[in-house]
Amino acid sequence: MPKDGEIKSGIGASSKRREDVRFLTGNGNYTDDINIRGQAYVFFLRSDVAHGTLNSVDTSAAAAMPGVVKIFTGADFEAVGGIPCGWLVTDKHGEPMQEPKHPVLAHGKVRHVGEPIAAVVADSLEQARDAAEAIEVDISELSAVINMKDAFKEGATKVHDDLTSNLCYDWGFVEENKGAVDEAFKNAHHVTTLELVNNRLVANPMEPRVAIGDYARSDEQHTLYTTSQNPHVIRLLMGAFVLGIPEHKLRVISPDVGGGFGTKIFHYQEEAFCTFAAKACNRPVKWTSSRSEAFMSDAHGRDHVTTIQLALDKDNNFTALRTDTLANMGAYLSTFASSVPTWLHGTLMAGNYKTPLIYVNVKAMFTNTVPVDAYRGAGRPEATYQIERVIDMAARELGADPVALRRQNYVTEFPYATPVAVEYDTGDYHATMDKLEEIGDFTGFEARRKESEAKGKWRGLGINNYIEACGIAPSNLVGQLGARAGLYDAATVRVNATGSISVMVGAHSHGQGHETAFPQVVADMIGIDESQIDIVHGDTSKIPFGMGTYGSRSLAVCGSAMVRATEKIIAKAKKIAAHLLEASDTDIELKDGMFSVAGTDKSVAWGDVTLAAYVPHNYPLEEIEPGLEETAFYDPSNFTYPAGAYACEVEVDPDTGKVTIERFAAADDFGNVINPMIVSGQVHGGIAQGVGQALLEGCSYDEESGQLLTGSYMDYAMPRADDLPFYSVDHSCQTPCTHNPLGVKGCGEAGAIGSPPSVVNAVIDALHSGGKKVAHIDMPLTPDRVWNAINNA
Amino acid sequence: MAQVTMIVNGRAASGTVEGRTLLSSFLRETLDLTGTHVGCDTSQCGACVVHVDGVAVKSCTMLAAEADGTDVATIEGQAAPDGTLNIIQQAFQDHHGLQCGFCTPGMVMTTAALLKDNPKPSEQEIRVHLEGNICRCTGYHNIIKAIYAASGQDVAALGAD
Repeated sequence: MPKDGEIKSGIGASSKRREDVRFLTGNGNYTDDINIRGQAYVFFLRSDVAHGTLNSVDTSAAAAMPGVVKIFTGADFEAVGGIPCGWLVTDKHGEPMQEPKHPVLAHGKVRHVGEPIAAVVADSLEQARDAAEAIEVDISELSAVINMKDAFKEGATKVHDDLTSNLCYDWGFVEENKGAVDEAFKNAHHVTTLELVNNRLVANPMEPRVAIGDYARSDEQHTLYTTSQNPHVIRLLMGAFVLGIPEHKLRVISPDVGGGFGTKIFHYQEEAFCTFAAKACNRPVKWTSSRSEAFMSDAHGRDHVTTIQLALDKDNNFTALRTDTLANMGAYLSTFASSVPTWLHGTLMAGNYKTPLIYVNVKAMFTNTVPVDAYRGAGRPEATYQIERVIDMAARELGADPVALRRQNYVTEFPYATPVAVEYDTGDYHATMDKLEEIGDFTGFEARRKESEAKGKWRGLGINNYIEACGIAPSNLVGQLGARAGLYDAATVRVNATGSISVMVGAHSHGQGHETAFPQVVADMIGIDESQIDIVHGDTSKIPFGMGTYGSRSLAVCGSAMVRATEKIIAKAKKIAAHLLEASDTDIELKDGMFSVAGTDKSVAWGDVTLAAYVPHNYPLEEIEPGLEETAFYDPSNFTYPAGAYACEVEVDPDTGKVTIERFAAADDFGNVINPMIVSGQVHGGIAQGVGQALLEGCSYDEESGQLLTGSYMDYAMPRADDLPFYSVDHSCQTPCTHNPLGVKGCGEAGAIGSPPSVVNAVIDALHSGGKKVAHIDMPLTPDRVWNAINNA
Repeated sequence: MAQVTMIVNGRAASGTVEGRTLLSSFLRETLDLTGTHVGCDTSQCGACVVHVDGVAVKSCTMLAAEADGTDVATIEGQAAPDGTLNIIQQAFQDHHGLQCGFCTPGMVMTTAALLKDNPKPSEQEIRVHLEGNICRCTGYHNIIKAIYAASGQDVAALGAD
């Protein structure tokens, strides 16, 4: 295959990003940059207690404050639907999950710090904020349940009085296999058991959420501007389930969005509020989240407590795996919360290995905390972390080489049906591990370890594999699993008379560079310059439909729709060309933007054909319509399965417990790659988030009071430039996806999925090299935790 | 309410502000210079960095009234009048030093301040200087390369792909 940089345009080229120019010059159009004439501002008064009965909300004094337009409380939303959950999980007994009501504004009770109680709409944000201070809220505080193990106990405080317990569901997967798995453990030669925490995280895209509601009485048209990864999903959820607005009267616009990482997938109360209030106040209503609000209102991520066990035979073959997980849902079910610990987690528990028997149990718990939902990787990081930590621990217990133990158990024949209900279409795990050994310079490690020792530092090498299921998802399959939506995507290719092209796509770009990468595909297919093609996204009135961008799905699903639509364009254009060339369309070839009759020198240019489509003077009108515009919807037949191998080298300072990342290498198989520069950038960012999870980040609550302890960047440790090294990333191992037209698998989440286990494995390795027999430390591996592990070993 | 007047990107600008109005709000709301972003409320993220009298300042941590009479430079004034990117902006595009773009104006303004004081920074000096600018997308890899390149040094010397 060609090296990065050798291809100059089209598929495989590292085309510079065209969107950069507006971002670099301050000309981006983020939602908060939009101001509508006459707009009012809303400030949400949020609960400062974790759990309580809401006795009264007295707004009378506040309503008389300067500039106040209207104040809303939960009572104003009694006739309005609650915020819906998009995935119905069925428990191990065949019963539906417990699904609590999720009000737009709290009514009767508050259930987490940050839950909105009242909303003040005023002429200015300052006036709204001032008036909110004058609202008198009478709350009888109740004991809060924060820790999932406490929430599970008999007689625990209930988050929702109308549910039978704090258990959302008790999910067994695959329940029918449980007996066989237990039997395999009884017969195992060796069993490794590990209890671990997958720490609660806050996604923290740098742009806080913003929503602006607008309403035109004359034609009853609602418009919502919002920081969303999927404007059509918001239109669907908010229109159909919350506010009862038909699609043709509701336009959702997500302009430039400053990062998402999952937390901007979900439909939030503030979006519904601004849409509702714009009509009620007959004024545009704008909300801009502060970072402090974001910490207590953006859906959080991860937060699993797991016991995992791996069974091996006498030859170190994996014979069975079982896990028990408590998964935190928070106080309410966010849009995709229920699917994350189940179908996005349990189905990946085979990892890269041919373990024949697997059983996964997940108990999803309600607690008095912010709702938890998908965050970069969503379920797959949790699966990978468990698998790759327990394998490393098994290797250490057995005295086996961690690379060799993994290699011995790799899946090597494809397609491979796992015991957890998915079928890997293609992969080559030895190839990525070979590449990792090369770019990670494993052979030089011992010398580097000695250098560290000479400085009084302990050096460790940690490795891991990962696999993920991306390109979400086959609609009929996810429908059977409880999804309340289809997960196809759509694209319209509009060819203009002079041959330039606008492609309206359902995917949404919020950092991924679609505006650059998507045109590379169309340009390659037609043989014209990328600059002739523009991408339109983020506006339900401009694009056909689309389920948006998450789960590393944009190119695999929406890109496939774009390919299908372009194929239709080419087929029609060939008919036009055949007419112009007086030949049969089956003899027409398209290359480098020229249509020619096979075996002759007769040809006509792309631009002449497109012009004929719009000026059909010499045109087969009896056979085909004028114009050149096609739409395709694409529903994938399977998930895609990106996979890879990651290595981290750390130094531990035994005196302070501080960990520094000295080297990081990632060998990924993403199938075919459209823009290698963008793909590498995605991996870099994912690794930084994974390293952040492993070493720095941890969302923390006080378990007594339920107060959020990490509520700002002063106390939630975001990775900064001097926490991180340069990364060595490679994506030259390519086993193309077999079931989508581009052969692509997705690259957006890999770094965040693949990196935490290697970091922790490396730290444990370093401690062992220092003579400290530490089996495990829970993330984040802060100096405090590492120092204590060293000194208590 | 107070009247403030300042030079912004070489042109006189004025407005009426409350005592509590932040410089970032004045730039964004009054002057419609929305390239300066606000990513936090604790002066940690650096998305709002501008230059006040030649010094890099987090504009969310300065009152508009304090900036009365100063000379302010924002991201909107960095490219040439014909739109040509300056050397820092161009290096960020060339090295894919941005993804979502939200932290980018602050990164560019912080870089300009760094290179003024330290025209040939080392990798480590760049990393330390970015302590007050958070990026969630790039893992900083390509930002470091872009800044190194903008300083006229050979990026190949960094040993980063």
